[in-house]
Amino acid sequence: MRFTPDHEWVRLEGELAMVGITEHAAAALGDIVYLEIKAPGTHLAKGDILGVIESVKAASEIYAPIAGTVSEANTCAIDDPTLIGQAPEGEGWLARLQPSDSSEIDELMDADGYRALLDSLGAEQ
Amino acid sequence: MSAARSIDKSATGFADRHIGPSPSEVAHMLDVLGLDSLEHLIEGALPASILDSAPLGLGAALSEPEMLRTLGAIAAQNRRMTSLIGQGYHDTFLPPVIRRNLLENPAWYTAYTPYQPEISQGRLELLFYFQTLIRDLTGLDIANASLLDEATAAAEAMALARRVATTRANAFFVDCQCHPQTIDVLRTRAEPQGLELIIGDPDRDLDPAAVFGAILQYPGTEGQVRDPRGCIRALRDAGAIAIMAADPLALVLLEPPGELGADVAIGSMQRFGVPMGFGGPHAAYIAVRDRHKRALPGRIVGLSIDARGEPAYRLALQTREQHIRRDKATSNICTAQVLLALIATAYAMWHGPDGLRGISKRIARLSMSLASRLRAMGLVVEHAHFFDTIVVDTGEATADIHARAERQGINLRHLSATRIGIALDETSNGETLDQLWQLFAVHWSDRAAGEALPVQADDALPPSLRRTLPLLEDPAFHRYRSETAMMRYLRSLADKDLALDRTMIPLGSCTMKLNAAAEMTPIGWPEFADIHPFAPSSQVTGYRTLITDLEAYLAAIGGYDAVSLQPNSGAQGELAGLLAIRRYHRSRGEGRRDTCLIPASAHGTNPASAQLAGMRVVVVECDKTGDISLVDLQAKIDLHADTLAAIMLTYPSTHGVFEEEIGEICRRVHAAGGQVYLDGANMNAQVGLARPGHYGADVSHFNLHKTFCIPHGGGGPGIGPIGVKAHLAPFLPGHVVLGGSGAVSAAPFGSASILPISWAYIRMMGDRGLVRASAVAILNANYLAARLQPHFPILFQGRSGRVAHECIIDLRGIRDATGVTVDDVAKRLIDHGFHAPTVSFPVPDTLMIEPTESEDLAELDRFCDAMAAIRSEIDAVARGEIEIEASPLRHAPHTVRDLIEPWSRAYPRSAAIPGGGAGATKQYWPPVNRVDQGYGDRNLVCSCPPMEQYSKAAE
Repeated sequence: MRFTPDHEWVRLEGELAMVGITEHAAAALGDIVYLEIKAPGTHLAKGDILGVIESVKAASEIYAPIAGTVSEANTCAIDDPTLIGQAPEGEGWLARLQPSDSSEIDELMDADGYRALLDSLGAEQ
Repeated sequence: MSAARSIDKSATGFADRHIGPSPSEVAHMLDVLGLDSLEHLIEGALPASILDSAPLGLGAALSEPEMLRTLGAIAAQNRRMTSLIGQGYHDTFLPPVIRRNLLENPAWYTAYTPYQPEISQGRLELLFYFQTLIRDLTGLDIANASLLDEATAAAEAMALARRVATTRANAFFVDCQCHPQTIDVLRTRAEPQGLELIIGDPDRDLDPAAVFGAILQYPGTEGQVRDPRGCIRALRDAGAIAIMAADPLALVLLEPPGELGADVAIGSMQRFGVPMGFGGPHAAYIAVRDRHKRALPGRIVGLSIDARGEPAYRLALQTREQHIRRDKATSNICTAQVLLALIATAYAMWHGPDGLRGISKRIARLSMSLASRLRAMGLVVEHAHFFDTIVVDTGEATADIHARAERQGINLRHLSATRIGIALDETSNGETLDQLWQLFAVHWSDRAAGEALPVQADDALPPSLRRTLPLLEDPAFHRYRSETAMMRYLRSLADKDLALDRTMIPLGSCTMKLNAAAEMTPIGWPEFADIHPFAPSSQVTGYRTLITDLEAYLAAIGGYDAVSLQPNSGAQGELAGLLAIRRYHRSRGEGRRDTCLIPASAHGTNPASAQLAGMRVVVVECDKTGDISLVDLQAKIDLHADTLAAIMLTYPSTHGVFEEEIGEICRRVHAAGGQVYLDGANMNAQVGLARPGHYGADVSHFNLHKTFCIPHGGGGPGIGPIGVKAHLAPFLPGHVVLGGSGAVSAAPFGSASILPISWAYIRMMGDRGLVRASAVAILNANYLAARLQPHFPILFQGRSGRVAHECIIDLRGIRDATGVTVDDVAKRLIDHGFHAPTVSFPVPDTLMIEPTESEDLAELDRFCDAMAAIRSEIDAVARGEIEIEASPLRHAPHTVRDLIEPWSRAYPRSAAIPGGGAGATKQYWPPVNRVDQGYGDRNLVCSCPPMEQYSKAAE
């Protein structure tokens, strides 16, 4: 699993890249009430808006961690957004992408790198 | 400009009643702060560089009877007429049971926006019915809890259409039969967004492929009822959004927009019992199809559940709004028109669907009679199909008819040199028709006089557009038909809510000060209430005097050269001010200037308004002390020097501190060619002490509903006039009816009928009373800060350890150490009978407290004692004596049901409410337990279920 500075994770499963938000992001958002993902077939450059996630107190855009085409949204999470809060790195995944170039994933942070990022954010506070 | 001006040792007359603390209480509080005078407090709190010791020139204070007499004489200069002008404003009859129990009842008008749902269930319930009323009238799926006026609602609908339309077209079509003021505001709002407006006849000029949306007026401003189905179908086929601006009283009889295929409907609810008031305030509505609900602007009330799983109302989908989404919000709307929406709802409940149909049918029948008789006299009545408004070709007799009408006390609409418009309303009757016939009979022989007219249709509505959709079947619109029932219903709702008539509402940045009865009285005078906004200026001398006076007072207080009273909310003021800046830059050939610097701590409306004004938002960071970082400011100025349009500042800052560097900040922005917009939300800390226009600002808005005593009305009305320096004066909003352009509101003077409140406040306080009020507001905040400091950390303080007129207490450390949240504290305050302070603004997990000058020492102490008691409960959690989940903090607020049920909690029943119930007769009991915010957003319900669901439930 790899991570972005925007607190998303991405993981290759077969040919498709699975995308979600991190435990840290889910905790920061709080009670999640809404998920919207771009329609399947939408082509996204890296950093394009993949969707929107809303809690009662915040709204955040989700950015495509890599370039690719939306293959599938997690309809279970759309129907019951609490899934995202309960298991952000499991059942509460957000979308699957068909990567344009799956090697882009390797350029993202690994778990240690992401932990270091969180530590530095904590230190700033 | 260095020493504070002298402040009276005691207030007299009205000021003494408005200001809570007595002279001896002031002395005591100063003593607690280690000070010997209010002057010393002021000199410590405000930077010497901005202190302004010159008098305001507002003169001596008037007593209450003197004010009422003086204002009465001004009101008497307005001439009440039978107003048949129409154009979106109609006379109406406000049922006295609603006037007395709602409009004139402080339990309703002194309430705040219902952010704290547990103490707001009464008005939330009525707003929920407002949304049900609008849903039924329009035949659409979901309505919000009101917008500011019909013209701004049209602009909001245009912006919504731009967001949701699937077409890439950049033009918006406007029916030339829209009200002129609607077209004017659409022009104002389209230009900075780079949208093209196409104005024309929809049946002739509309090319659906060329537009992302279109707005059609129904019936048209000249009264004609046209079938819009063809246009709507064509728009939908092209992927464009069809918007209808519809008259709600006409919709009682006409097929509604939803049935005609429209995506969006907007309109004004004024004629549902709300006086014309020379233009406002009134509630506008907006309703949309379910698929567009996330693009809706403004407040939406939704049904959720409380901690017991019982139904409870609260504001829904707040993530759309400016306080969360900032420059990406669906709108800059912050205030709604709650009080007026509530009146319209009660009016609909009082009449019920049958009563409303009776009213509408009567108006339609009278209009039909009028048209038939005029036709019989040989006049040409232009349209075959109309509801309440007709257009008559009067040729060369036009001027004479207008002159005769005015002599008889009747206003007709001036459409052109040869055409007159006549709009009938709820108050029209046979006598009105007789007067009208006589006007025309002078020029056209009344052949039909004395004869019965031939048998005619009941109305002139087209058969194909008669309403088939049921209306207001919910029991709530059938239950309160006797006055006893209505009186008790309104009382029962008011009893559920906490307003200023029961407790201090210490909301930071909201300035919940006294709304005195003497200030409120004049708004009910018919000479102010029953005036059409487009009445000839010769009839509104009183309003002109009032407006000129108030403009002068605000200019003096703000240090400005000109004032516009048109913006009908603070956010509208921001937009008007930024548009003035935009036009100023363009007038100098510097149209490239489109960058707006906004501190991270700004109100969410600031970036949302900047976006609407066509500006790019660049955020300026604050430093650790909460002040704007001069380093970051300089960096951002340098980076955007070429495009710098403005900075938007709030002063004193949203952190509740008078920043020392305010003058320097203004100088640097000016040096780079930018303008300074100073958000006047916190004006209450500086009236008579410092003037923005003197220390560097170019434009400000004043929140008359904060500093100048207009009540919050449970979430509106608000008024946001702007003051400007002379170089911006040419760019203030104009109005099409006054021969200008660039309007930001439907009416030339916005919500004119409530201006007497601020006029009365300023005149009764006088120069010295206003200064003392500002000083005591600062004293009260500093006293609270001093008393709370042993229990909670105070987040930001100025140079001398002083705060301004509000203070922020920081709960982040407590949250991390104990799990107690800012919500736990806010809800526990309800058990103490308090409305919570502002929660998590401008800093997450803090409370911002603003007591205002109106609260006396006893109420301040009661609040501090409550906070100290809460701190001891937090400490018990910290010591591990009780789990946070099991504590009274997490279970707050407590309901009667909690206390009468078998008790199995980890704390004693007597600990549930303060004093163990010793003050039971004073205890406020919330009607619901803590409301689950997330549940309601995941399961959105914004209006009463249709009747089928009731019958299913009964089966």
